[in-house]
Amino acid sequence: MVPGETAVISGFTEDEISVKLLEMGFLPGTAVRFNFTAPLGDPVCVSVSGLDLSLRISEASTITILN
Amino acid sequence: MAEQRLIRIALAGKPNSGKSSLFNQLTGLNQKIGNFPGVTVDKRVGICPLDDKTQAEIIDLPGIYSLYPRTLDEKVVAEILADKNNRHYPDCVVLVADATNLKNCLLLLTQLIDLKLPTVLALNMMDLAAQSGQSIDIQALASSLDIPVVMINARSGQGVEELKQSLKVKLSPSSKTIFHLESDIKKVVTKIKDRFHLATDYEAYQFLQQTDSLVFLSEEERNYIRQEAKENQFFQHKYQGAETVMRYGFIQDLLNKVILKTSDPEWKKFSYRIDKVLTHKVWGYLIFFSVLFLIFQSIFAWAQIPMDLIDQSFTALSAIADSNLPDGPLFDLISQGVVPGIGGIIIFIPQIVILFACISILEESGYMARVVFLMDRIMRKFGLSGKSVVPLISGLACAIPAIMATRTIDNWKDRLITIFVTPFMSCSARLPVFTILVALIIPDDKVLGFFNYQGLVLMALYILGFLAAILSAMALKFLIKSKERSYLIMELPTYRAPRWANVGYTILEKTKAFVFEAGKIILAISIVLWVLASYGPAESMEEAEQKVLSESTLQGLSEQDIQDHIAASKLEHSYAGIIGKIIEPVIKPLGYDWKIGIALITSFAAREVFVGTVATIYSLGSSEDQLTIKTRLKSEINPETGGPRYTPAVGLSLLVFYTLAMQCMSTLAVVKRETKGWKWPAIQLAYMTALAYLSAFIVYQSLS
Repeated sequence: MVPGETAVISGFTEDEISVKLLEMGFLPGTAVRFNFTAPLGDPVCVSVSGLDLSLRISEASTITILN
Repeated sequence: MAEQRLIRIALAGKPNSGKSSLFNQLTGLNQKIGNFPGVTVDKRVGICPLDDKTQAEIIDLPGIYSLYPRTLDEKVVAEILADKNNRHYPDCVVLVADATNLKNCLLLLTQLIDLKLPTVLALNMMDLAAQSGQSIDIQALASSLDIPVVMINARSGQGVEELKQSLKVKLSPSSKTIFHLESDIKKVVTKIKDRFHLATDYEAYQFLQQTDSLVFLSEEERNYIRQEAKENQFFQHKYQGAETVMRYGFIQDLLNKVILKTSDPEWKKFSYRIDKVLTHKVWGYLIFFSVLFLIFQSIFAWAQIPMDLIDQSFTALSAIADSNLPDGPLFDLISQGVVPGIGGIIIFIPQIVILFACISILEESGYMARVVFLMDRIMRKFGLSGKSVVPLISGLACAIPAIMATRTIDNWKDRLITIFVTPFMSCSARLPVFTILVALIIPDDKVLGFFNYQGLVLMALYILGFLAAILSAMALKFLIKSKERSYLIMELPTYRAPRWANVGYTILEKTKAFVFEAGKIILAISIVLWVLASYGPAESMEEAEQKVLSESTLQGLSEQDIQDHIAASKLEHSYAGIIGKIIEPVIKPLGYDWKIGIALITSFAAREVFVGTVATIYSLGSSEDQLTIKTRLKSEINPETGGPRYTPAVGLSLLVFYTLAMQCMSTLAVVKRETKGWKWPAIQLAYMTALAYLSAFIVYQSLS
């Protein structure tokens, strides 16, 4: 994804982390917007369900999106 | 007198919801900080009178997003809420929600409702919500959930009275059930429910989900639950995921009904713009490093004035006590042991206050989250957390407040590693030792016409400490096994001005914790050391004094000089002196003699004691004048070589030793408090001493 873009979540690739992401509002069918990255590219800041969160790339990549 | 009714209220909610502000509003100075057994999160409990007849014992639970813990520390919440007999099981829960982030906050609320815990929803930050353009139908919200809803502004205190009013009445739990079990697990849940006589399905469900938290059950009972779960294919993650989705479904429907007007997405623009600068490739780091420097500078420099004041006061106090109290070991103990000992504790307070003021401001304003954001990638490589930066840098001033500051690190392993390596950062107490030795053995010349040799060596020592810190951290990263997987998934709160009252409470809390918990240990050790240095086998002490007196009459020394010589002789014959001589063979390979040995022992109290001890040993009395000491040390002869005792090899070996060794009982005391036990301080002491010994050995042997 590119900064500024919004996509819709379709699912997750990893079980353990998916429950934590779900709790924070990363629900299938909701929109997630990619805001910006940290200077080194990792972590990234995204907005979902009204919340601004930072995720590591390793965590963010477990979220699958629809284009 | 009317009977006082005591009700127990728990404050729950996510971090950044303003929960602590509310807690401070409700309890004021009636707070007591304690410990939850087994974990390092602080237990904040306070008393709040609701009216003349009712008192509320309020416990501020750790900030959580849901009953499912993300860290070891969050597990305490599940432990408390699962056990009705738990000391802290509440009569009622106040869920503090950030009105600008309702969706997220309500998750926990729905779980509490399903547990049939009487709950009150406190909608905080209503002012921000109004600013953002959002408007909520409170009545509809309250009736849909069937619980009282109170609007509050924890910063200003608005609404707190209404909240207290709503808590006075005996509350009954909500009649609603939000989470409905899927049919395939109904059977096993009912079974657990009956077996343990639980009131609700959700409780039984949680028994199956979080069996480990059920510390109040016997291992047998827990195994029974695990067995049932296994047999009935109760896959924890699968059902947790489904549960979360279902709850959010409910929440979304609810919010669609009660939010009359959603917030204008533009309202966060201000915060975003600040973020653009603060997380910028160049500016972000520059600003961050300036902030770090400012923190360091304030602990290092600004604390100096109050610290000197405290130092002087206690020295004066000790002298007054000494002259006013009758002679005798007990009174000597008080004036020479206890009073300076207490002074040695109080003197840390300015640094603690300043550091925690800084950290509290960073956390309250929301900047701390950005710090983690900027530093996470780099720090992870070394087994540290983004939040480790502040403690590490603060360690350059003093490790004591730095280690206390590691509380903010959520992940246990990251926190432990940070605590472990922070003492390697060369603290300000090492400076007096460094300066004297460097001046002694390094010529005051310039290399390349620009760089001062002495300055370079000093810098090299700091770099050595820093390298020891990161390399040790990397080693520990592999050696320590942790069950807790480290996640970032962190909220970036909108920027807000810090609430100064909270800053004040934090400072008070940390200071009390240090003085009363670490303080006891520090006092004990300093008294022991004082005894060792002042007392020796009675006869030999007497003889020593006599010998000096008779010799000095021959030499015709002044009164002051005689006293100095007596002091030196007494130290030599004290227990500390004896120990110094005993360890001499061990420290000889490092280039030291028994006199240095004594200094090493007394330095255990605090590194800078080295200077005072050296002054005493070499009969310079209490003169801590650097020039005097330096001249004296230069002239000291090594009886075996006939040359100077303090050769460059010896000096460097000593410098390296002081850089790496754990010579601060106060640090150990704080590490003990933060790791809840003596295991880690002991390991740390052993490791650092071994590393220091080895390094000093290598340095000395290769240079001589």
